[in-house]
Amino acid sequence: MGLTLSEKILSEKAGRKVRAGDFIQAKVDFLLMNDITAPISIKVFRELDAKIFDKSRVAIILDHFTPNKDIKAAEQCKFSREFAEEKKLPYFFEGGKVGVEHCLLPELGLVLPGDLVIGADSHTCTYGALGAFATGVGSTDAGVAMATGDVWLRVPETLKLIYEGERDPWVMGKDLILHTIGDIGVSGALYMAMEFHGDAISSLPMSDRFTMSNMAIEAGAKAGLMPVDEKTIEYVKERAKRNYQVMEADDNANYRKVKKYKVEKIEPLVAFPHLPSNVKEARNAARMNIKINQVFIGSCTNGRYEDLKTAAEVLQGREVAEHVRLIVLPCSPSVYLRALKNGVLETLISAGAVIGPPSCGPCLGGHLGILAAGERTIATTNRNFVGRMGHPKSEVYLANPAVAAASAVMGRIAHPEEVMRS
Amino acid sequence: MILRGRAWKYGDNVDTDVIIPARYLNTSQPEELALHVLEDLDPEFRSKMEKGDIIVAGHNFGCGSSREHAPIAIKASGVGCVVAKSFARIFYRNAINIGLPIIEAPEAVERIKSGDILEIDLENGEIRNLSSGESFRFKAFPPFLMEILRAGGLVEYTKRRLRGDNREKGSRNTR
Repeated sequence: MGLTLSEKILSEKAGRKVRAGDFIQAKVDFLLMNDITAPISIKVFRELDAKIFDKSRVAIILDHFTPNKDIKAAEQCKFSREFAEEKKLPYFFEGGKVGVEHCLLPELGLVLPGDLVIGADSHTCTYGALGAFATGVGSTDAGVAMATGDVWLRVPETLKLIYEGERDPWVMGKDLILHTIGDIGVSGALYMAMEFHGDAISSLPMSDRFTMSNMAIEAGAKAGLMPVDEKTIEYVKERAKRNYQVMEADDNANYRKVKKYKVEKIEPLVAFPHLPSNVKEARNAARMNIKINQVFIGSCTNGRYEDLKTAAEVLQGREVAEHVRLIVLPCSPSVYLRALKNGVLETLISAGAVIGPPSCGPCLGGHLGILAAGERTIATTNRNFVGRMGHPKSEVYLANPAVAAASAVMGRIAHPEEVMRS
Repeated sequence: MILRGRAWKYGDNVDTDVIIPARYLNTSQPEELALHVLEDLDPEFRSKMEKGDIIVAGHNFGCGSSREHAPIAIKASGVGCVVAKSFARIFYRNAINIGLPIIEAPEAVERIKSGDILEIDLENGEIRNLSSGESFRFKAFPPFLMEILRAGGLVEYTKRRLRGDNREKGSRNTR
């Protein structure tokens, strides 16, 4: 039997052939922490009284509660900043340099195909779109790895998902992954890796691939990997800060399960409160007259340039409904600048959007758009748990940027077609 | 090691956002986090629980965010152990790493009711329900994880490793 992509990468990092179920110590290619998780990691690291294993492979990104939302958040950031200054970390991001971590690191070519990336953030799985084994861990793991350069892992079994056929024009990577989570459930890939294959994946732009890998964790997965193709290489080659190794799954790899999806049957979707698996077709949701108070377009899931551009296409020449707040946070400085130069931000502002800084912001209920009791939002983010974006009695609906933008115009959950034909 | 306490039972998919909401993540002080443990799931939990009590839950406990603040809040509140049908993977490793006992025991969870008094024998893999008289076996941790638990968590385990006290499984990687 051959090896899955996860087994391939982890064999390389463990220095021996490993199989699903094995416990290993694996060499880490890149390690990241953010303003919420880094302080605990730094305390752990200091307790170990060790040197940083390789400063060029560690990043601290102050993206969650920044620009500092309150005094305590400012203190946390200061704590991380002082550590970064003391250790002279080359990859410390804040102020005008910071973006949402999982958008920023691939953009800068710091995470690459064939890498083992661990991050003290659950959405670290995003980099699976580059053919890397990337997984979220806790702060203690990150603090220890900063000293040792390795991490303990149980090699996961793999769920192979094959997507075939042509997408409806309003279907994005977001809908493919929401459909999958709706099908297998929020623990459908628990302890497993997901491998995404098929012609419908090949035809996806990188931005949509990141969206899909990003939400692998929402099915409980440890990682969500994609094969490396020309698009991946095109994305990586100008950016890569170091060498990388392209690896692929063997044809006769041993999968826990293989599932096939016919993409032409998939519609734009909306995940209803309070689980990402609670999906309904946007077309049906649109008939339920679900009034919204806020729309959020941004986050590590859907805050990239292509996402903003899609939203702008829907909002072009239109206006956000009265009493609806549309908040857009471009996910990185370069996304912000590109959207500015290409007129995307102008379109959004003209439609009535508030443009905020690159930050995780309201996605996790941090700041920049918190909900009151009884309020409802549709968001391009990844989680709609109880209290995720504010008051425990508020509601979050998840969707792609086109559905979110259309909903902003209609003041209720809507399908983009309703807006585009009006 | 024997743990004893009252069971507080919850359902499937208890996520880390309800275990410790993000609005409290502007600190990592265990005592402060403990004040808000499970606040958005059961606002009374903090006031009704006693030291040593046991959280019992369904599938996928601790799903969502990787925040280690979640197991820290549970541990610092005095909860002795979490018993669930299954755990989300990041929560699982975080709990092991910080030394919060967690047990996967689907049949036991089925039978345990909120308020039951439980006695848990970690070494021998047994949960005794003193209220109902039933007892359940659970699978011991894999040897590698047991090593981390015995050391008292990943930090102590790593300190020993860096001193070269023990030879861990797999290769010692240096760059």
